[in-house]
Amino acid sequence: MRFAVVQFGGSNCDLDAAHVLSHVCGVDTDLRWYKEGLGRDYDAVVIPGGFSYGDYLRAGAIAARTPIMEEILRHAKGGGLVLGICNGAQIAAESGLVPGTFTINAYPKFLCRPTYLRVENNETPFTSLYREGEVIRLPIAHKEGRYMADPEVLAALNREKRVIFRFSDPEGRITEEVNHNGSAENITGVLGEEGKFLAMMPHPERASEEVLGSEDGKRVFLSMIRYIEEKG
Amino acid sequence: MRMNFDIEVRITLKPGILDPEARAIQHALADLGFPTIRISTARIFSISIEAEDRSRAEEKARQMCERLLANPVIHRYEVEVRE
Repeated sequence: MRFAVVQFGGSNCDLDAAHVLSHVCGVDTDLRWYKEGLGRDYDAVVIPGGFSYGDYLRAGAIAARTPIMEEILRHAKGGGLVLGICNGAQIAAESGLVPGTFTINAYPKFLCRPTYLRVENNETPFTSLYREGEVIRLPIAHKEGRYMADPEVLAALNREKRVIFRFSDPEGRITEEVNHNGSAENITGVLGEEGKFLAMMPHPERASEEVLGSEDGKRVFLSMIRYIEEKG
Repeated sequence: MRMNFDIEVRITLKPGILDPEARAIQHALADLGFPTIRISTARIFSISIEAEDRSRAEEKARQMCERLLANPVIHRYEVEVRE
């Protein structure tokens, strides 16, 4: 089993993600510079957080149109897993891996804070080690994280259980007060059509070790590993 | 024969889409003594390209919008071609 963490110019959570995968979860992980491409088959690709291309035009817009993204789309179509975190989620949305878009926060400032999330669906390759409805604590750090999609898209996401995380309070209530960036229906994690790619604004890699105050994010990576193991 | 065309692409938010930057600017203007009824932001790209004719130049600019410059979820765009 082998994971890839893609590095764009301006990625800055690449090493954190690779550290958690290789040292905390114990899975072989390669860092792949975007200009060099994936170079081989991987079981999973992680698109990490950061500020690819300085967030020029729209966050993720330019990275989404680089040749390595075509490779990642092929990887995804072939059944490989893709996890986009923060800037990686913006890139995933811009490249059409998931519907909708992550745009400028309703209150237009950079938000960096711990948040509570309710796990809306645990029957996915990314969340099988959570309980449905479980409340977890992960940090956010973004200025362009407000999830937006057309009403028909939102209806389809709800119907197909492709909403994975929503901002909630510690008791799991979905309220406007805890909708940190003003996302549609508090949504901050969505699954792509084939169920093999997850785009999420919160940072699981920053909450995967007790010393960092929360280990709640680790199960995203461990769920992926379990899915790959069971798939064989 | 190919000619040069100057194109102006204007990207705006679709009606009804929240414009947080405009709202912040509106508040700041109000604090400076300029109350406003409405403000929206837009982004303008000035582009010069070579093309066979005007309609091909416009078509190219539209493709640029579809492929990169605009995000169809939240944006609409206008293209104006000048020779």
